[in-house]
Amino acid sequence: MPIVEIIFYAFALVLTASAVMVITVRNPVSAALFLVLAFFSAAAIWMLLEAEFLAIVLVLVYVGAVMVLFLFVVMMLDINLAPLKEGFINYLPAGVLIAVLMAAELLTVLWARGRFDAISFPVPAPSPHGYSNTREVGEWLYTQFLLPFEVAGIILLVAIIAAVALTLRKRPEVKTQDPSRQSQVRRAERIRLVKVPSEPRQDG
Amino acid sequence: MLTLAHFLTLGAVLFCLSVAGIFLNRKNVIILLMCIELMLLAVNMNFVAFSRFLGNLDGQVFVFFILTVAAAEAAIGLAILVVLFRNRSTINVTELDELKG
Repeated sequence: MPIVEIIFYAFALVLTASAVMVITVRNPVSAALFLVLAFFSAAAIWMLLEAEFLAIVLVLVYVGAVMVLFLFVVMMLDINLAPLKEGFINYLPAGVLIAVLMAAELLTVLWARGRFDAISFPVPAPSPHGYSNTREVGEWLYTQFLLPFEVAGIILLVAIIAAVALTLRKRPEVKTQDPSRQSQVRRAERIRLVKVPSEPRQDG
Repeated sequence: MLTLAHFLTLGAVLFCLSVAGIFLNRKNVIILLMCIELMLLAVNMNFVAFSRFLGNLDGQVFVFFILTVAAAEAAIGLAILVVLFRNRSTINVTELDELKG
């Protein structure tokens, strides 16, 4: 068996096993860590598919940012785990049944009559020496897909502002400075002139 | 030999696992969000595989945009989760029935 297939099956096995662990473990922290493992194996498989740019982006964006965000939130919230796992056994038969049915249907479509085998979709030759996937994707992004690329940037900006606006809260007990009010202050608001009558001198 | 069907099978299995995860963990919002991320990963796997076997980069560009939107979705979803926990001190889906008539 060639090395490429060994790598594919190894990473596919790790990916499937970690996906199973994500949906079955009790602790959300372990689930997030297994999800990191799943994303990492998927990145390796995308590397096999010669999508190097996306594989690195998956590791950087998902493992580096999104999963850290998940871990952060999971650890920040003090969650009572016991009631969340109730009904796991009750839903198990239905969940497994539907998953197996869906998998059977999808696999029937995929493997029936060799629709996606090596004859209808011949395995492409490896890219020539010096080919850069990142350069190609970049050229597509900045020419053909320039408008969607800009829209994606706006979506990210909206997401940042929405996340900050949602979680920002005013706490009345915390003293804060308001620079706008500080710079607009008037003399009359701070200084009060008091007329103090002078007292007659008392000789001892 | 690795054909397109191998990669599509991997994506299909991953997708079915995450559907099962949504059924099994229907009380825990955090795990539900993680299952949605797994589903998106399964779909992206199909896009990348087709992009490679059709020799067309459109699929990879599409995956790039899916990743962008998924990151935004995760950020907003977790922000909503934090606000929810602050107000109700629970993330149990069955207890979030304020709007029920």
